[in-house]
Amino acid sequence: MKPFNYFAPQDLDSCYEIVDKLGKSAYFMAGGTDLLVRIKTGRISPNEIVDIKNIKEIRSRIERNEEWIEVGALTLISEIQHNSLIEKYFPALKEAAGSVGSIQIRNRATIGGNLCNASPAADTVPALLIYNAKIKLVSTGGSRVIPLDQFLLGPGKTALQPGELLQTIILPLPTLRQAESYERLSRRRGVDLAIVNICAQVIASGKVRVAVGAAGPVAFVVEDQSGILINPDTEEEVKNEKLVELMQIASPISDIRASKEYRQAMLAVLAKRALQRASSQLNSKKEL
Amino acid sequence: MKTHSMYPIHIRVNGINYGLEVEAQETLLTILRDKLDITGPKECCGVGECGACTVLIDGKAVNSCLVLAVEMDGHDIVTVEGLGEPGKLSTLQEAFIEAGAIQCGFCTPGMIMAAQYLLNNNPHPTEEDVRTALSGNLCRCTGYSRIITAVLSVANKGEA
Repeated sequence: MKPFNYFAPQDLDSCYEIVDKLGKSAYFMAGGTDLLVRIKTGRISPNEIVDIKNIKEIRSRIERNEEWIEVGALTLISEIQHNSLIEKYFPALKEAAGSVGSIQIRNRATIGGNLCNASPAADTVPALLIYNAKIKLVSTGGSRVIPLDQFLLGPGKTALQPGELLQTIILPLPTLRQAESYERLSRRRGVDLAIVNICAQVIASGKVRVAVGAAGPVAFVVEDQSGILINPDTEEEVKNEKLVELMQIASPISDIRASKEYRQAMLAVLAKRALQRASSQLNSKKEL
Repeated sequence: MKTHSMYPIHIRVNGINYGLEVEAQETLLTILRDKLDITGPKECCGVGECGACTVLIDGKAVNSCLVLAVEMDGHDIVTVEGLGEPGKLSTLQEAFIEAGAIQCGFCTPGMIMAAQYLLNNNPHPTEEDVRTALSGNLCRCTGYSRIITAVLSVANKGEA
């Protein structure tokens, strides 16, 4: 790697000071599992890296209050995967976290980094969208909270302003009788990026929501209120047609992992799998 | 020309404390191999896909090619050399030899560290657990089954 200078502020104020001095050329690093790969492969060559891993205000934490669960930006993907609150209230996020990279990557990568990189294939994003996650951003100007879909703007693009940091992810606790599941297609079980990834939600009222990743510049959510998708009496063919229709909004690309046609075709298949699993979970659910 | 700083760090590797001066762009893997002569961890893909550089940092399995040495100040690292005792291999290392789980040997230190991490957290894994635990490690010659046999043999003995 080309030489660079390294800064490791311990709190937000000293971080702001450093960023103020360095200007826009500095790169933030949390786990480094994506940033260091980009440096090693020559895609970026920063002169300065600001390691934000030790900043106490954005530290790793998963805390519950009456209305939501707050996840600190520095929370490791492996900590999300193995947390009992996440497992209880946001099971599809647990599943999604468990499919990020490999065990070695999950032990280093953070949820904040996963979001700020804004990869269209980010595994946690479809689940976070389904759970209506909000993002708290902080800067010298104060803080603001925005919905995740307003934070992710395109491949590698977010609503982060220069000098702004992601502090926490806010997950509203479920209030409806609902169930979710996560499905992912990849060439290799460990490490590989998703060809497509999907999180499906079934609500007892009959409403269905499906979040789709790796099939457009940003992950998106489609909804169906008709109830036919989880009606046991509806013919399979009708359900399949409905799913294909819902997935028309996708705009997948062809790359080394798959062609756009294959991605498009697999979306309905994966959505169906995810919905079947979510439906059976809903049926066997005793509480809320 | 722009100058770049050296950074002092104190790290503990396999139970021994070291004080080092490192450059910011040096990875943990580089300083283990080139400065400390600890050559168990291997550089293969260099981008976190193969697991050949796996070490434990504060007990967690991590790819040492994707960690800067400067980030490691104050941390505890264990490499394959840190298992067992001088002159005596660990149970898991012995199991790899016994099962014939080593061919060229390049992936072995990373495989063993990933497997050790599994056994530290789950002393009695199923075959599926072992396969999942090793899914971040590539081997291009033995074909995995003997590696899995080796890890399971330790799990069954219950002395991870």
